[in-house]
Parts: sequence; C-alpha cells; structure tokens
Amino acid sequence: MDKKTVVLGVIGSDCHAVGNKILDHSLTAAGFNVVNIGVLSPQEDFINAAIETNADAILVSSLYGHGEIDCRGMRDNCEEAGLKDILLYVGGNIVVGKQDWNEVHARFKDMGFDRVYPPGTSVETSIHDLREDLGN
Amino acid sequence: MDCYLFIDFGSTYTKVTLVDIAKEEIVATAKSYTTVETDVTTGYNEASRKLFSKVGQEVNIVKKLACSSAAGGLKIVAIGLVPELTAEAAKRAAIGAGARVIKTYSHNLNSSELVEIKISNADMILLAGGTDGGNSDCIIHNAEMIAKHEIDIPVVVAGNKSCNDEITNIFGDTVEFYITENVMPSLNNINVVPARETIRNIFMKQIVHARGMENVEESISGILMPTPASVLKAAETLSLGTKDEEGIGDLAIVDIGGATTDIHSIGEGAPSKPGVFLRGLEEPVAKRTVEGDLGMRYSSTSVYEAAGNRMMKKYLNIDDYDLEEEFRKRNDNTSFLPENEKDIFFDEAMAKVCADISMKRHAGIVESVYSPLGTIHSQTGKDLMELPYIIGTGGVLVNSKEPANILEAVTFTIDDPESLKPRNPKFMIDKEYILSAMGLLAMVDKNMAVRMLKKYIVMCGGNTNGFEK
Ligand code: B12
Repeated sequence: MDKKTVVLGVIGSDCHAVGNKILDHSLTAAGFNVVNIGVLSPQEDFINAAIETNADAILVSSLYGHGEIDCRGMRDNCEEAGLKDILLYVGGNIVVGKQDWNEVHARFKDMGFDRVYPPGTSVETSIHDLREDLGN
Repeated sequence: MDCYLFIDFGSTYTKVTLVDIAKEEIVATAKSYTTVETDVTTGYNEASRKLFSKVGQEVNIVKKLACSSAAGGLKIVAIGLVPELTAEAAKRAAIGAGARVIKTYSHNLNSSELVEIKISNADMILLAGGTDGGNSDCIIHNAEMIAKHEIDIPVVVAGNKSCNDEITNIFGDTVEFYITENVMPSLNNINVVPARETIRNIFMKQIVHARGMENVEESISGILMPTPASVLKAAETLSLGTKDEEGIGDLAIVDIGGATTDIHSIGEGAPSKPGVFLRGLEEPVAKRTVEGDLGMRYSSTSVYEAAGNRMMKKYLNIDDYDLEEEFRKRNDNTSFLPENEKDIFFDEAMAKVCADISMKRHAGIVESVYSPLGTIHSQTGKDLMELPYIIGTGGVLVNSKEPANILEAVTFTIDDPESLKPRNPKFMIDKEYILSAMGLLAMVDKNMAVRMLKKYIVMCGGNTNGFEK
C-alpha cells in the first residue's frame, strides 16, 4: 500500500522546535511520508504544502499559547484551496494556561479540526489515530 | 596564432572577442550596433571586420562559439501548481536558463489562458506541478489542455515524476515535448539544473533556425546558449573554480543593460547570524533575477516610475535636471551616448538606481518575530550580508571612470533594515566586457576560463576597512 502523506509544522510565530522534530522522526519511523514545514509557519504554508504533495492530513502544532488565533479559519481556507475533506489535527499547548479541556476541545472541533489533542499527548496516540482515520 | 572567437548577438550590439589560446589573452574585442530591424549577419560581419582590422597578423580560428539575446532573447511561459511553490520554482529555472519569463501560470488552466499562451510568441513552455509522488491532477489537466489546444510550442515537462508516463501518452505525436527532472522534487527543495540544461539543449537546436540566424550559422560552430545563461556560467566558473583551478568563492554580478538589469549571485545565502530560521522555497546556489523595468535605454522611463523623485534625490541633485525629459530622451533614442559631464552624471545616477533596486529585489529579507524572550528572526531568500565580491558589467559600468561608485548602491543601508544586501563587499569590474565570452569559453575549457576570468576581472574598490577610499 502507498505511504500516506502528512504535512507537519508549528503554526504562527511559534518557534518551539523540539516536539516538531520528535513528531517528524516518529511518524517517519511509523511509515508515513512526512512533509515537515518546521516552525514559524503561517496557515498558507501548511495549505500550499498539502496541495503540492497531495497530502492526506495536516498536523498542526502550537505550543506558545496563541494557537486559537493562529488556527482560526483554517478549515475554510483549506476548502477554498480545494483541499476537500483533508484531515486536520492540532496539538501541543494549544491555548493559554490551564483552561477546561472540554471547552477547548469543543472550540477547536467547531473550527473544523478532526482531532484536538491536550498537552502531553504521546506520539503513539497520534499514530494510532492517523492509522484509524486514514484506514491503514 | 591559434584563437577562439566568441560572438555575442545582443539586442543592441553584436560583440566579438578574440582569444589567444596559447597565451590565454584577449587579442582584441569589437562591437557593432545592431537593432531589431537589422539582419544579425550584418552586425556580425561588421564587428568581425573591425576586429580583424585591429589584429594585423595571421589568425587560425580553432572554434567560433556564440551566445544570443537577439530578437528579445529566449521567451518562456512557466506553469506550476501553487504560485509560491512549483510555479515559482519553474519561473526560477527558466530565468536561470537565461530566459525572459513572459508569464507564470498556476493551478488548473482554463481555455482563455491557453489561448493567451498560444498567441504569446513564447519559444518554450516549462510545465511543472506537484512534488514527486504528490499532486498529479493539475499537471495532467494542464497537459491535456495544451494538447487539446494544439499548442505548437515545445514543452519541457519538469513536474511530478509519477505523471510522466501519462503525459507522454497525452502529448503523443501532437505536442513536441521533453521530459526532465522535477523542478521541485520534494517540498521547498528546488532542482533547477536539469530543467535548465534541457532548455539550453532545445534552444541550441531550435533558436538557430529562427530569425535570420541560419545565415551566420554555417560559419560558426554553434550558438550554445542565451547570453544571460552565458554570464551565469561565467559567474559560476569564477566562483566555484574547477578541480584544478581554485575559484574565488561567493560573488554577485550586477549587469546593467539597455533593457534590463540582471543580478546573478553564486552562493548558498545561508543565514550569516545564528538563531535565524529559514522560510520558504530553497534558493538555487546560482541564482539569476532579471528586472524588466530597470534598464538604461529601452526601459528608462520605467526606471523613473520605479524610483520616484525620492530615490532620484538620493543619487542626483534633481533641481539641475528636467527629470522627465532626461528619461524620455534616453527612451526615445536608444543609441544615445552621453558625452558631456551632465549627461554622464545622469546616466551614472540612473545606473545607481538600477543597481540599488535590483539588488533589493534579489537579496533576501529577514523579519523579526517578537516574543517575551526577545526577538527571533526568520529569513526568506538569500542572505548576502557577508558576500565578499560584487562584479559589475554592462555598458554604463564598463565605461565608467568610477564603477565602484555605482556598485556602492547595491550595499546595505540602514534605511532598509530588513534587506539582506551585501554589507561590505569588494568591487570588481569586467573591464574588457568579456563575461559572456568567458561563459562560452567555460564550455570548451573550464580551467582556462577560470584563469582568464581571474586575470581580466579586476578590483576597482570597496571593502577598504575604512583605510582608503
Ligand atoms: C523549551 C521551551 C522553550 C524554548 C524553545 C526552544 C526551541 N526552539 O524549541 C524557548 C526558551 C525558546 C521557549 C520560548 C517561549 N516559550 Co516555551 N517552553 C519550552 C518548554 C520548557 C519545553 C517545550 C518542549 O520542547 N517540550 C518537549 C516536546 C517533546 O514536547 P512538546 O513540544 O509539547 O510536543 C509534544 C506533544 O505536545 C505532542 N504534540 C505537539 N504538537 C502536536 C500536534 C499534534 C497534532 C499532535 C497529535 C501532538 C502534538 O507531541 C510532541 C512530541 O511528543 C515548555 C514547557 C513544557 N515543559 O512543555 C515551554 C512552554 C511551551 N513555553 C511557553 C511560553 C509561554 C514561551 C514563550 C512565549 C515565553 C516564555 N515564557 O518562555 C516563548 C515563545 C517563543 C515563541 N515565539 O515561540 C509556555 C506556553 C504556555 C501556554 N501555551 O499557555 C510553556 C508551556 C511553558 C509554561 N508552562 O509556561 N520555550
């Protein structure tokens, strides 16, 4: 079976690089074709990368607390760019401080993300979910 | 004496350069004015006549090689998928091949865009789209459209490799096409050399059959490439050297011509300071940019538009001139040669504007991202801050008494703090006007080209560390 392609990056003015490297490494080892656009990446870069590489999923990381602002409109922008039904995941420390997770989860779901991860999510969880969602 | 003869068919001049092979010396150079209307043969014969009248001894020409930018040069239409990605990569590959990119298209093309391409007068189409194994719908759609509209222009296919078989079927016998490596094989990685070489090969095969070239073709061994490609080749040769001859390292060439200003930079352009993140499409080591609105004659009125009074003031006492009139004069009379002080001064001020703006467009930028921990930086494009050499060429620089003063305009200034322009380079000048000839020489004897470039490209100022000026 063909390798599934995932676009990976850290959104906005966020320069936390460690988690991104770990995700890149683990997802590659798990058999995904990882297109890593790295830190400090605006939404358009995720979307453009997904178009050219015909990606199956976009994995957005946000660590520095401004995730909600940076991710706003992302689903609409994907639709606009012709990326119909692409999987959108988000994880890291996606909001400022300690907020009620259920509310945060619901807000990001509303924004059109398929999966929303709390801080400290293990890589195994995301690999498992990706396999389930992409059917391989 | 055994010699090579190099010919440069230009849009304003046909230049010939005679090189003594044993001594590795320029025997003589000559040029003759050519216009779009005149036959290239006339210019060539006239220039040769002048050249040999200077030589006055028996010459055995071992090889005659030419480059050409006559009749508007090589014109290419670039097609890609995302404007900032494969479309941009295709455009850069075409410019690096010495072409003028008429227009860049992206995403799935529609019928009216194909009609536009059909009547565009382009010499070639560069078709890209998708990384290897990535998007295939777009390039296939665009190939189908090209076939359907029976476009009679050779197509260089440089996209997603997984589509090559299907595109071969689509084009069949109806479209002339050449398949080469993807200009962007994986995201943000640029691969322009194979496309560049393919374009050059087609140019060599086809361009010589056009526009009166067949008359001169018999007497020369071949038109190897478009002139800008030849200059880029010379730049690469001088910078990188060969395994026998050492190059001089990173450099940029500033070529101010009658119609355009070209910048060729050789170097990775990696961040010169620590802690800077790189963004966007990777830069080719040998990068050419061409500014169609910055030229000394054919585009002099657009120089004024680009500069405005404020920038003109930086280089000229504008109260001494009727600016509009000065620019128009040069535009209307493209063979105008400045003779008095005042006209020379104006030409040189114009050249400074061309140098200033074209380097600003060529060099990368660094942007600050503020965080509670202080500032972090992201860089797009090449960092040329620590670039050691700037080489000037083109009529206005070659003929200037103080070319370093003009070249100074490419350097970093504090009023443009985001730009990664060279800070303190050494200035060199192509005094004998031989860069394009040396690019041709590099095709036959690269070691000799390195040695001759080192001999004939001479220091003219800059980087004096404050000791002399
Ligand atoms: C190291 C660090 C830094 C370094 C980063 C160095 C670098 N270039 O990488 C520096 C010092 C530069 C830094 C700066 C800042 N930081 Co900081 N930083 C950290 C720290 C201590 C560790 C981050 C880390 O590397 N973790 C290790 C990796 C492996 O884990 P991870 O990044 O969380 O990623 C894993 C998972 O989250 C998950 N994951 C991540 N993304 C995704 C996405 C998906 C889809 C999925 C499924 C999973 C997933 O998988 C990853 C691998 O296991 C954290 C605190 C902490 N312990 O987390 C704060 C922390 C992230 N920083 C924080 C802040 C506020 C900042 C600053 C704004 C200022 C400050 N106060 O320090 C600046 C912002 C700079 C900027 N513009 O980005 C806050 C964020 C608070 C919030 N979100 O509400 C934290 C949480 C500290 C805190 N408790 O206050 N920081």
